[in-house]
Amino acid sequence: MPTATIDVEALAAASRRRKARERFLTHLALILGIAVFALPIWITIVGSTHDTDTIGRGDVPLLPGTEAIHNYTTAWFQGGGGRNTFAVPASTMLWNSLVMAILIAVGKIAISLLSAFAVVFFSFPLRMVFFWMIFITLMLPVEVRIIPTFQVMTDLGLIDTMTGLTLPLIASATATLLFRQFFLTIPDEYVEAAKVDGAGPLRFFKDVVLPLSTTNIAALFVILFIYGWNQYLWPLLMVSNRDLETVIVGLTKMIGIGDTQNEWNLIMTTAVFALLPPVAVVVLMQRWFIKGLTETEK
Amino acid sequence: MASLDIKGVQKSFGATRVLHGIDLAIADGEMVVIVGASGCGKSTLLRIVAGLETPTSGQVMIDGLDVTPLEPADRDIAMVFQTYALYPHMTVFDNMAYGLKIRGLPKAEIRQRVQEAAELLSIGQLLERKPRQLSGGQRQRVAMGRAIVRHPKLFLFDEPLSNLDAKLRVQMRAEIRRLQKRLAVTSLFVTHDQVEAMTLGDRLVVMHEGRAAQVGTPMEVWSKPADTYVASFIGSPAMNFLPATLVDGGAAARLSGGTVWRFADGARPGGEGRPVTIGIRPEHLQQVGADGLALTVDLAEPLGSETVLHGRLADGTALTARVPGVAGQAGVALAPEPGALHVFDAETGRRIDPGH
Amino acid sequence: MRKKVIFRGVALPYLLLVPQLAVTIVFFFWPAGMAVWQSTLRQDAFGLRTEFVAFENFLDLFGDALYLNAAWNTVIFSSSVAALALGAALFLAVQADKQIRGAGLYKTLLIWPYAVAPALAAVLWLFIFHPSIGLVGRAFGAIGIDWDYRVNGGQAMTMVVIAAAWKQVSYNFIFFLAGLQSIPTSVLEAAAIDGARPFRRFWTVIFPLLSPTAFFLLVVNLVYAFFDTFGVIHALTRGGPGNATETLIYKVYVDGVQNLNFGSSAAQSVILMVIVIALTAVQFRFIERRVHY
Repeated sequence: MPTATIDVEALAAASRRRKARERFLTHLALILGIAVFALPIWITIVGSTHDTDTIGRGDVPLLPGTEAIHNYTTAWFQGGGGRNTFAVPASTMLWNSLVMAILIAVGKIAISLLSAFAVVFFSFPLRMVFFWMIFITLMLPVEVRIIPTFQVMTDLGLIDTMTGLTLPLIASATATLLFRQFFLTIPDEYVEAAKVDGAGPLRFFKDVVLPLSTTNIAALFVILFIYGWNQYLWPLLMVSNRDLETVIVGLTKMIGIGDTQNEWNLIMTTAVFALLPPVAVVVLMQRWFIKGLTETEK
Repeated sequence: MASLDIKGVQKSFGATRVLHGIDLAIADGEMVVIVGASGCGKSTLLRIVAGLETPTSGQVMIDGLDVTPLEPADRDIAMVFQTYALYPHMTVFDNMAYGLKIRGLPKAEIRQRVQEAAELLSIGQLLERKPRQLSGGQRQRVAMGRAIVRHPKLFLFDEPLSNLDAKLRVQMRAEIRRLQKRLAVTSLFVTHDQVEAMTLGDRLVVMHEGRAAQVGTPMEVWSKPADTYVASFIGSPAMNFLPATLVDGGAAARLSGGTVWRFADGARPGGEGRPVTIGIRPEHLQQVGADGLALTVDLAEPLGSETVLHGRLADGTALTARVPGVAGQAGVALAPEPGALHVFDAETGRRIDPGH
Repeated sequence: MRKKVIFRGVALPYLLLVPQLAVTIVFFFWPAGMAVWQSTLRQDAFGLRTEFVAFENFLDLFGDALYLNAAWNTVIFSSSVAALALGAALFLAVQADKQIRGAGLYKTLLIWPYAVAPALAAVLWLFIFHPSIGLVGRAFGAIGIDWDYRVNGGQAMTMVVIAAAWKQVSYNFIFFLAGLQSIPTSVLEAAAIDGARPFRRFWTVIFPLLSPTAFFLLVVNLVYAFFDTFGVIHALTRGGPGNATETLIYKVYVDGVQNLNFGSSAAQSVILMVIVIALTAVQFRFIERRVHY
């Protein structure tokens, strides 16, 4: 144990130095981290404001150029083709992505609300069997069963349709589990009160369960919207009709293999388009997003 | 073991000032209790002593050494938290040994010290358990043990008993006091519970809105409260306050209802007509004949050996009295015991002693 | 766990379950069953004849150098992605958890990459590492490094690892930060009073208390690297050069969609299913045990 002979001044000075150094390093580390995250985006945004030749020559610009309006209008209305593919306007692809993301998010939330309500507030034969049937889908991402699912879609004649694009992705257990967990926290007294008031289960669902679930629904919507927007393998397989192209897949198709002449400016512009909606959702709905993320994974 | 001096400590969080200059000297081996309602700044003061907060100005000296700029690790203190703050992933033994391991004590000595402390707290059979396997009282003991093994200069207690149930709280209270006396470690104990404060402290600091309203022994604080806040905070049921004016050259007070009470301990300064507040503890009111203060009782709480009467005076002032035996009548007449009256300035609330 | 008070009724709950069950059966159990069934079948080159071969598809896979190569690539790829993404995220979360000016802004600026699709992340990094148009790619060339991930397998693997990990850091960061914030302040203060300096405090108190979070994230990151990163590889390298970045999930796609070798592709799917189920089971077991922390 220290005795009365400790040198207070030296200890205090050491502590001050340590704190100052630590503060400096903390900020430095965070700024570096942010820079690494932001660098690719910056390069892309800058690239989207130059013409093809500037980028293609490899004179990598670090500051924005003057071609922004031209690039963005071209990409939006005509799209960039690369060599092997037909150009699809970014507006079409963005629309497809938006519809797909919203259908997946809304669909998952809707069927999960209903099934979680049934599992939590009713008692019926085979209840747990059904619950486990839903639960087990948690374990298998769509990528694992992609080929057989594709064959099922062929059998059902759903290839190249928006239904085929979205419906298989709606089968997932995460939302059901979250709602089940949340419903279990709704006090029994509410159900009793509803019974006393003579309200049936559907009325209870509409007047009590739904209003109580709004923040959970919002949180899930953010997560599922991003999940839907970012789908890649499934649309790649399902869609050959380019009118149904989604923006993430469409973007990678714009990049030719080998040393083909790519329209880099339009590719970068489309990348910015593809990036904007989900990033905006995350940043603007940050609170719900974090809640949704940390609670679905519990 | 050491003395502790707190000199002019102030603390502001942004524009909010939570401590307005606290001065306090604690002698070697003394146990001082800081008591006050929540938000009075008592925990902040303790955390400043611990080094967990930095004071805006002022000094903390341990054994005459200014430790204000030092980190908690360099102050050689130990603290018991309200939530116990045990390391959830370590066994009881490791919880207690952690601080000693960091200080690089030899293994044998660590084992010996932990054994000693465990024996002292009768938790020897729990050493291999994890905190989550312990009851609240056992966790409390481990937290104490973690402080004891360190042989620190100073014990700091941050409301350590408030998470325990009532019975255990009384038991641990006595145990803490016994331990502290036996080990003779200078201690600072924070609580919001006035009974805890009265029973534990060699001295009390009653804090109110960031100031030390009174510092003194429990009996001093109880018998001579420095102001109406301290008077109402210490003692249960709380002291009654009656508006009055000085009469008879300061030797008596006339209550707003007209009753005149004479002071047994001498005249108060300020002269005729000075507005004052008269304080009288419920247990210092006696039942008298018809010439007493008439109380209309609206609630009688029988406690067995005595009864607490709540009621109103003729002018509507609320009054509580604690009288021996069973007394459930609708009305009683009351008079103060001689010398039991407290006189406070009506405006500032400060105590007025005779002859000043 | 279940509720004590419930509604009566038999038809209604089934009705409520129908949508989810229908979707689950049609798009989950049917394909999964088909995968298992197909994994025991083999078609001839023209797709005319199909015969039952039991476990032969599986046995062939374990003797197939390309499949073993893909498995090895997956091990390298997933462990690198998980290590990189977890390490960087833990480091950043510890920094962002400190009481510093601008902590909220730092947080926002660190979580947005979660929204970037893996394939899009690949495209963004391509803009940087492309040997002829990329900032860093050209810089490498300029200082004499023979940089072209399109022909060099090791460089290709590095690229896909960076792009895949980059995107996942945000996710881990959010969970590590939540984990850090759930550690009671008083426990850290107790450690400070016990004399532990920040570095020691981290390794003896904070890190052990974060280990459930870290383990959970490890499983999530492995699953992510196994499956969600298909887009990264498809957009950047198409499994090349020369199968150098072909992972198990990518090979399922190649064999099923390009080579039309359904039996083998289905067998590979079944193996992947077993892997995910094993990972998830391990995780659930672990979560059960840590509840009391």
